[in-house]
Amino acid sequence: MIHLRGITKQFGDYPALHGIDLDVAPGEFIALLGPSGSGKTTLLRIIAGLEFQDSGTVQLAGEDVSSLPVAARNVGFVFQHYALFRHMTVADNVAFGLSVRRGKHRMAKAARQARAEELLRLVQLEGLGTRYPGQLSGGQRQRVALARALAIEPRLLLLDEPFGALDAKVRKDLRRWLRDLHKQVGLTSIFVTHDQEEALELADRVVVMNQGRIEQIGAPDAVYMDPETPFVSHFVGETNRIPGPGGEIHFRPHEIIVSPDGTEAVLVDNVFRKGAVWRAEGLLEGSGQFVELDLPSNQAAPRLGETIRFHPHRARMFNADGDQTQGETR
Amino acid sequence: MSGPTLASRRWRQPSVLPGFGLSFGFTLAWLTLIVLIPLATIFLKAAGLGWSEFVAVGFSPRAMAAYRLSFGTAAMAGLVNAVFGLIVAWVLVRYEFPGKQVVSALVDLPFALPTAVAGIALTALYTPGGWIGQFLEPLGIKVAFTWVGITIALVFIGLPFVVRSVEPVLADLGREVEEAAATLGATRGQTFTRVIFPAIGPALLTGFALAFARGVGEYGSVIFISGNMPGRTEIAPLLIVTQLEQYAYAGATAIAVVMMLASFAVLLLINLIQAASRRRMGA
Amino acid sequence: MSQQQATTESPLMRAALIAVALVFLGFFLLLPLLAVFSEALKQGAGPFLDALHTPDALAAIRLTLIIAAIAVPLNMVFGIAASWAITKFQFPGKALLITLIDLPFSVSPVVSGLIFVLLFGANGLFGAWLAEHDLKIIFAVPGIVLATVFITFPFVARELIPLMLEQGRDDEEAAISLGATGWQTFWHVTLPNIRWGLLYGVLLCNARAMGEFGAVSVVSGHIRGETNTMPLHVEILYNEYDFVGAFAVASLLALLALVTLVAKTILEWRFGLHAGARH
Repeated sequence: MIHLRGITKQFGDYPALHGIDLDVAPGEFIALLGPSGSGKTTLLRIIAGLEFQDSGTVQLAGEDVSSLPVAARNVGFVFQHYALFRHMTVADNVAFGLSVRRGKHRMAKAARQARAEELLRLVQLEGLGTRYPGQLSGGQRQRVALARALAIEPRLLLLDEPFGALDAKVRKDLRRWLRDLHKQVGLTSIFVTHDQEEALELADRVVVMNQGRIEQIGAPDAVYMDPETPFVSHFVGETNRIPGPGGEIHFRPHEIIVSPDGTEAVLVDNVFRKGAVWRAEGLLEGSGQFVELDLPSNQAAPRLGETIRFHPHRARMFNADGDQTQGETR
Repeated sequence: MSGPTLASRRWRQPSVLPGFGLSFGFTLAWLTLIVLIPLATIFLKAAGLGWSEFVAVGFSPRAMAAYRLSFGTAAMAGLVNAVFGLIVAWVLVRYEFPGKQVVSALVDLPFALPTAVAGIALTALYTPGGWIGQFLEPLGIKVAFTWVGITIALVFIGLPFVVRSVEPVLADLGREVEEAAATLGATRGQTFTRVIFPAIGPALLTGFALAFARGVGEYGSVIFISGNMPGRTEIAPLLIVTQLEQYAYAGATAIAVVMMLASFAVLLLINLIQAASRRRMGA
Repeated sequence: MSQQQATTESPLMRAALIAVALVFLGFFLLLPLLAVFSEALKQGAGPFLDALHTPDALAAIRLTLIIAAIAVPLNMVFGIAASWAITKFQFPGKALLITLIDLPFSVSPVVSGLIFVLLFGANGLFGAWLAEHDLKIIFAVPGIVLATVFITFPFVARELIPLMLEQGRDDEEAAISLGATGWQTFWHVTLPNIRWGLLYGVLLCNARAMGEFGAVSVVSGHIRGETNTMPLHVEILYNEYDFVGAFAVASLLALLALVTLVAKTILEWRFGLHAGARH
């Protein structure tokens, strides 16, 4: 469906992307995950045609669109701050893409209105067509933006930090809702996020980016369980890093077994409940590394000043160059 | 700076900051003395004329001709400024070119240049022997001492109102909205007419109204270039001065009141339109 | 690759728009400005300097400076007081108060002069009383000051109100909570925060005060050497066909305008200040 080959982009002296290759299958739901400055938004905008790559090619559905302007790409784009037209009603916003069509694709007004109604129903905003965007809540605005993007029957849906401007509760609801919508519509979609939880929850595959490069592409479970680089290990999920032979050993707070003959010992200096587990924090004996451990909360909470002995039952080892030297269960 | 009494507490919200009594009292007193009482005088004076005399002097054929000229040329200049002011604002906000900062500073020249200076300078340019007039004369175009000259002076005076009203709105508009239109398949022209123009419309209207209101009352930059022929090129503010010089206070007052009410009406109308559009857009 | 970005025009369109804007500004702003200096120096520097050295011209310059020296500080104090009351306190009728302060912007300069003639002129409300006490306001310096104060009334308040609204009350409240008195808070906290905005407003106020023509023309009486300000003197010389003299005095006012613009631009760059659209 989408084939990106050797995409590079430079803003002045700042290299934003170095040779990105990416293939997306029809109907896939892809997350571009990375910190700010990682190039994820630039990549999304290049796919849309809002920016142009310095070199490399963009292929959509077998067509090379590398130099096609945005208006001709037929790609739905949802902006972080919605970018709704404030002077138009919700229905006019949704129908905008249909109303600017010319020539043989031109639609009659009644047909456009019907289509807008249908889309508002799809995003569960029936009856709000006559309102103005300023009269809606943030979550409603985001859904209008989505309906507007879907109205042009795009071959691809791109979403830039779609939940970034919303508060936590609305974000969660909207996430689940977007997941269902994707199942229902089946449109190939790519969204950009810096929130790993969001990426792992929604996407079929996660593309982790850092400093203009793709660090890892994989299913959410694979990215979380088997990070291929120290960056991914650190950025996706919580990770303890302790010195090991010839590099660093990475393990999640829950990837431990507590036992009196554990190889590591930590002096607990803070304990709190983190959802279903006790989170114990402290410094590792020997190296003085700060580590976080999750302990079952059906047992008594660890006490402050207590020393917990444990060893990771599952860990990844990276050498100084960031190459993985070992990645299996111990 | 006495402490807040019970009554003043109820009237305004309490604050830990001092000085309300002093600053508010001084503001109100100074405003009343310098602005409100003097302005009230003119309405008092007009009321003393009686309706029939007011109409007789305020709407005499000579006065009507002056209103037509003043309002007509101010509207014309406002339109010219709406078009070119929008282009200037657009260029200043959107494009980079050498000397842009100087150009931007120059836009405020009409705010800073005394009107009489502008008046004699424009007259010098457009008289038949002037830098510009010499090219217009062979074409049979007369600018100085006609309504065209008045309009040119009012274009000069009104330009910054339009540019400075539109500029911030255009800068705030944000690329995202235009990008959204483009992703939906709109051409650049459609994006401008359907998305950008409606968004800056209220600001453009404000700029037009401010330029218009200023133009109607403008005096210094106009009287040199206008020729001041009664009934032909005599603007309303000049008619007020002429009446005053002839000690015809009734006439001067009536004409001033008509002009002021018309200007206030225009500004009020604009404010209402703005408020309505703000309410609608929920901002 | 150099494809056109989604949100800009083709290079040709851009160049055309810039050209239209520059030609328009060139004809309507730059040419008049150049004409002032060109006409003033038409017969060389000698006649130019002679025209400025006449007693009448010097008297006009002096009067203009005096008027500005009275009107500008008055409006500065008013502007500070008004913006303190409006931005540091919540009270009903605030919007109305701001509208009233703006009122002089919507009044024709000629009408601004007329209202003072109606009040203090020979046939005015207080005309008889003033004559009895041998006081002269109209056709004298006090009338010119009054008209100038009226015309420039909103300038300083207009710049300070948005600035102080943006800055909020936190700094002042902190100072008061630390035990500062009201005046200490004003001198050491508020004034340093607003000084550039204040300067900006004063600058614009001064330019208008020195350049005002219509209102002053109505109340001045055009008495040479006595009630003639620089702009009025320009008119008199021009009407006497002394073009070099008129443009010589005008060129001083144009210089003042240029200095104002430069200072204004520097303040805008340096401190991010911005004028409203109404002046």
